[in-house]
Amino acid sequence: MPASDTPSVTRRSAMAGAAASAAAASLPPVALAQAPSAAAPAGALEAPVTATLSLTVNGEAQSLELDTRTTLLDALREHLHLTGTKKGCDHGQCGACTVILDGKRVYSCLTLAVMHEGDAVTTIEGLGRPDSLHPMQAAFVKHDGYQCGYCTPGQICASVAMLEEIKAGIPSHVTADLTAAAQTTAEEIRERMSGNICRCGAYSNILDAITEVAERQA
Amino acid sequence: MKFDTPAGANPIDQLKVVGQPLDRIDGPLKTTGTAPYAYERHDVAPNQAYGHVVGAGIARGRVTAMDIAAARAAAGVIAIVTTLDTPRLAKAKRNAAPLFGGAEIQHYHQAIAVVVAESFEQARAAAQLIRVSYAREPGRFDLAAAAGSAPLVGGDSEEGSGAPPEDRRGDFEGAFGAAPVRLDQTYTTPDESHAMMEPHASIAAWEGDRLTVWTSSQMIAWGKADLATTLGLPPEKVRLVSPYIGGGFGGKLFLRADAVLAALGARAAGRPVKVALTRPLVANNTTHRPATIQRIRIGAGRDGRITAIAHESTSGNLKDGKPETAVQQSKLLYAGANRLTAMRLAELDLPEGNAMRAPGEAPGLMALEIAMDEMAEKLGLDPVRFRILNDTQVDPEHPERPFSHRQLVECLSRGAERFGWSGRNPKPGERRDGRWLVGMGMAAGFRNNLLTKSAARVRLDREGIVTVETDMTDIGTGSYTIIAQTAAEMMGLPIDKVRVRLGDSDFPVSAGSGGQWGANNSTAGVYAACVKLREAVAQRLGFNSADAAFAEGMVRAGNRSAPLGQAAGEAGLVAEDGIEYGDLAKRYQQSTFAGHFVEVAVDAATGETRVRRMLAVCAAGRILNPKSARSQVIGAMTMGVGAALMEDLVVDKRLGFFVNHDLAGYEVPVHADIPHQEVIFLDEVDPVSSPMKAKGVGELGLCGVGAAIANAVYNATGIRVRDYPITLDKLLDRLPEMA
Repeated sequence: MPASDTPSVTRRSAMAGAAASAAAASLPPVALAQAPSAAAPAGALEAPVTATLSLTVNGEAQSLELDTRTTLLDALREHLHLTGTKKGCDHGQCGACTVILDGKRVYSCLTLAVMHEGDAVTTIEGLGRPDSLHPMQAAFVKHDGYQCGYCTPGQICASVAMLEEIKAGIPSHVTADLTAAAQTTAEEIRERMSGNICRCGAYSNILDAITEVAERQA
Repeated sequence: MKFDTPAGANPIDQLKVVGQPLDRIDGPLKTTGTAPYAYERHDVAPNQAYGHVVGAGIARGRVTAMDIAAARAAAGVIAIVTTLDTPRLAKAKRNAAPLFGGAEIQHYHQAIAVVVAESFEQARAAAQLIRVSYAREPGRFDLAAAAGSAPLVGGDSEEGSGAPPEDRRGDFEGAFGAAPVRLDQTYTTPDESHAMMEPHASIAAWEGDRLTVWTSSQMIAWGKADLATTLGLPPEKVRLVSPYIGGGFGGKLFLRADAVLAALGARAAGRPVKVALTRPLVANNTTHRPATIQRIRIGAGRDGRITAIAHESTSGNLKDGKPETAVQQSKLLYAGANRLTAMRLAELDLPEGNAMRAPGEAPGLMALEIAMDEMAEKLGLDPVRFRILNDTQVDPEHPERPFSHRQLVECLSRGAERFGWSGRNPKPGERRDGRWLVGMGMAAGFRNNLLTKSAARVRLDREGIVTVETDMTDIGTGSYTIIAQTAAEMMGLPIDKVRVRLGDSDFPVSAGSGGQWGANNSTAGVYAACVKLREAVAQRLGFNSADAAFAEGMVRAGNRSAPLGQAAGEAGLVAEDGIEYGDLAKRYQQSTFAGHFVEVAVDAATGETRVRRMLAVCAAGRILNPKSARSQVIGAMTMGVGAALMEDLVVDKRLGFFVNHDLAGYEVPVHADIPHQEVIFLDEVDPVSSPMKAKGVGELGLCGVGAAIANAVYNATGIRVRDYPITLDKLLDRLPEMA
């Protein structure tokens, strides 16, 4: 990474930069003949704006010097080499990048790393290891709640945080009675997990895995 | 090992390990995020740079100029390779359109540049600075408009389904004209996207003139050969590595632009380069399942016996592309003396159409099995009964050729009983559950069993550990586990004494993952290598190999016994062999069968369809691991729900591209769409298929599901939709009056 002479930026300017780059990325690179040759977006020809960031990942303090355009997902995958968190779409449509941020599940592709100064992130690597699986990981293995494995870390992180949401009494679209405690029914779990796509179609098994863990916790 | 006579008794029949519902051996890696996928190999090559692919903004025409000055000057940019500085690369025979090079554009989002930079963000930003000028030419993007003049074209999906341009048996027109009960209907299926979760990705590294690519490929040997052809390299200079694949469904059967542009980018940058296609590029840059227009005519006697059946399908593709072989199953599924199949192929300028899970049968059965439901209704017969009545135990086009094993009738009757089919009201639109209209539907499932040669190497060490090496891939199918089970069974070991290494072109060439041929063929190859290893072990121990028994980590012959590891000695033992097939597939038709049963509820006010229950009964030879095989089937059933109710790559017919090219616009089933799914495997061994006596199952689970859902929607509402997907707009104005 090129060295930076801009040690920190405000959160606001970092977000504005990211929004501009996201908008540009969605346009096909077609120049109409009569269009004036577009000026390069400000900053694109120069060294990137970088910022220092300190956060805790899986219980370990991390300090990073990052291009402010770097998503939390790419900070994890490309800078910390925590590749368990997956990039499926890079714009919040698939859920493969789900991590647990201060106890809540988030799509790490939709949030810039520099927005998380001081935050605590738990990734799939922080839940358990191959020789010491988290109960949810073990339940996914037992119920074959995965096939290709690419959406799996996101499904597992989402499952763990989702059960906490139910325990905390947060209602969902299918919660019939908003005044009663939310239940871990199949319908609730399916609804709440619908932000995590599994193209291999392991849904029925994932539900069995989550249900088993939920029943054990109850 | 040549397999040319049906298998007799062999060590696999012990079923101590094979056939057991064991957890996948790669499960702990996948569930902890420690299984490494293509883009994640920070460990394999130092100093990786990032490549960002630019796709063409027109569907057909020429790139007249590319201004890369601003991009070249952007911070962090190391190299830019454009299609204008690159002579058109050779087109490998498995690609319909060239992957890169030259000014000509054959389809939208065809790759035109790769920008290599120090970081992902820099590569992406610089790519936006490239200014491209095009000379756009008109193209043909409308299948319906082109269908009328499409010529007859035969084809083979290379995935188990093929058909000649036209095939006739008996006198179809005469028999159809004379049949007292007739159906003549047209059905359409849309373009579909594989939409696997992991986009196509590769890391390329050159060492002199040797190229290594860590990639995401279902077929290592195809990818290696085609990358060598495309780049003009001798194949021995190319190595492909793909141990974990984040889904494929046919979309990663073939070499694609990520691997080519990683290699070109790495050469230009002078260092390793990693490239992942962005999600919005996947639908138009890579392949898709082509749309079809299918006409089906069935004639039957009043007794319900089919006397005439015709299935004609029209699809479109690029000039060098092939037809979607949607008529294939209609050659084999039902009896009837007078038959016709025909395929027409319209030349279109849309992206390349190619294999997607069960190419041919998946869309073919979506049409045929609605037609059978309609015909049953015309005959006043129960749909299950109508299918059973027209079962055949021989290839209907070649009656001298029997099926090796065909339990379609058992699948249908067992499924009907289990699902409570007798409780279905044959009169549509009559069953209500509050605001829901409830209906049941069923369909037959059919998919061929393909035999293709497959090799493996097995190593034995002094600790008694067996390591299997083969270029077979595991795309979520469970290959790691069933290969370990096979080696464990053969060598008399528990599964934890077996290691499996897959997906490396330095390993013996396997069947690869496609056409539901992976499980049976790759394990048969491992079986062959293990037979050789058993002989080497017996010889090393001085045992008569015919008498040697392998069990519990020991080898026994007569009154002598020795630990397996002892035979390996310090140096270890290695054996390599593969399975090759004789003409059994010519003498016997080998296919797999299913009965699919579905219950749906359709909202009487909004037309929203919800799937309530699903059952598949499958007959597919020996099931090597009932747990992972069941997962293959439920996953396929899920994809069938997508095909029936939501999946549709929408064509912009003016500009020639798929509009909904991401996972928000191209809808696939999510958790909330899928009910509990039940799968029953019939007890079956098929000694004609291989020494494993197994067949494929991963595509069978999809074949027929779409039609079972369509038929259930009809039973619920009385509305017959013949154009997939069955979205609520196709039901809304015809729903029964609200009570």
